[in-house]
Amino acid sequence: MQLAVSLRDLSFSYPGGPPVLRDVDLDVPVGQFVGIAGPNGGGKTTLVRLALGLERPTAGEALLFGQPANRFEDRVRLGYLAQRALLGIEAPVTVHELVSAGRVPRRGLVRPFGAADRAAVHGAIERVGLHERANTPIHRLSGGQRQRAHIAKALAGEPDLLVLDEPTAGVDVEAQDAFAQLLEELQVELGATILYVSHEFGAVERFVERLVLVSGGILFDGPPSALPGHWHDPSHVHP
Amino acid sequence: MSILDVDFMRYAFAAGAIVGLLAPAVGFFLVQRGMSLIGDGIGHAAFAGVAAGYLFGVSPVATALAASVLAAVTIEWLRSRYGTAGDQALALVFYTGIAAGVVLISAAGALNANLFSFLFGSILTVTNSDLALVASLGIAGLALIGLLYRGLVAVSLDPEGARVTGLPVAALHVMLAGLAGVTIAVSMRIVGILLIAALMVLPVIAAGRIAWSIRSTFFLSLGIGLVSVLAGLTLSYYGDLAPGGAIVLLAAAATVVAMAGRAAIAR
Repeated sequence: MQLAVSLRDLSFSYPGGPPVLRDVDLDVPVGQFVGIAGPNGGGKTTLVRLALGLERPTAGEALLFGQPANRFEDRVRLGYLAQRALLGIEAPVTVHELVSAGRVPRRGLVRPFGAADRAAVHGAIERVGLHERANTPIHRLSGGQRQRAHIAKALAGEPDLLVLDEPTAGVDVEAQDAFAQLLEELQVELGATILYVSHEFGAVERFVERLVLVSGGILFDGPPSALPGHWHDPSHVHP
Repeated sequence: MSILDVDFMRYAFAAGAIVGLLAPAVGFFLVQRGMSLIGDGIGHAAFAGVAAGYLFGVSPVATALAASVLAAVTIEWLRSRYGTAGDQALALVFYTGIAAGVVLISAAGALNANLFSFLFGSILTVTNSDLALVASLGIAGLALIGLLYRGLVAVSLDPEGARVTGLPVAALHVMLAGLAGVTIAVSMRIVGILLIAALMVLPVIAAGRIAWSIRSTFFLSLGIGLVSVLAGLTLSYYGDLAPGGAIVLLAAAATVVAMAGRAAIAR
């Protein structure tokens, strides 16, 4: 069984601070849709940042597709939507421009886009249902549409591992449901591994195969149906 | 006699056209990164470079080029390596540059009108060799931005996402800082050390108010920069004015008009 993510005896603390995560073991096989939930400040974001090699563990190791995460070279296989993804740019940005930016790593820094790249960008926009708004500036879209545009950006790189950190924060419940539906379709169609981080977990609970509750360590790891009743609202988990 | 019959004006227009395109092209990505004032910091380091050129009897343009690129890369290095807040890194280079410039220029005894031409620009001082330097470095800089445009946009839009997916974010930032240094050094003859940063920023701000996409913002910035420089040089010739001031006032006017137009449309 090939593993997309593997965390072994992993601990992490910021310099001079208390441990954020302690003795974490987590294996995510290729193709699995995993929900990562837990209270704010419980270490969910730190966990995925360690998994992606954006932070170095203070103990243990993080592997991506079998290689150390911080030295993983085939990074075009990754897609990442950061918490509260904002446009780091002052200029107006159209949906097409945002999604095209997600294709650059796959194409390479200096090679011009070819037909396959244009098709991938177009396909990603269509997949999230924004094809009629491709030339619309992002700031004119609703919160839910913006999140879908960011997802399309991650999809344009055709990732094998998609990491979404609180992708629906600040989005209304209806848009969250639509978003969860979209993710389920994507996982079935693309067979990608998805790590979905959220403290508001209701919307995707019925879609994920596996739920991991994180609060300083892993408190629960299994199918959502096996989740103990008193932990059912993951945003209120206490060890 | 036409303005173009004068040799120095032909040189000034040719060099100015390249500067008018290069400054906002580089400035576009600096503004997107929230580093609008980096040009000022580099400009003060360029002043130290000019002063060193006078003191050691070598080309002030060459020493300003070296000082600008060194300052720009130092700012970027301080930001990335030590997590120094952007404005603190800028302040360190800014004040070190101006202090070193004052010390070196006083040691060289070169506080004269020629120095002022570097500070505020002068259309009379653009020589054939200046034009060759501006053209070669300016065209190379524009070509590099054209080649890396998509990558620079991707990194500006989402630096962390770009890093996760393997784009060389740090290298692109250093390259952009180096290009900012080159831009300031090659532009100082036309616009002046103290005003070139404005030509990197104001056209981008103006364009951002009227554009509808990244691409349109980028090309409108270049257009506003080019028109500001060419019109500013013309005003400077007929009005006997310092070209840097005339150019930047026109770019500022374009920015005010764009902001007012945007506000009127929003109402």
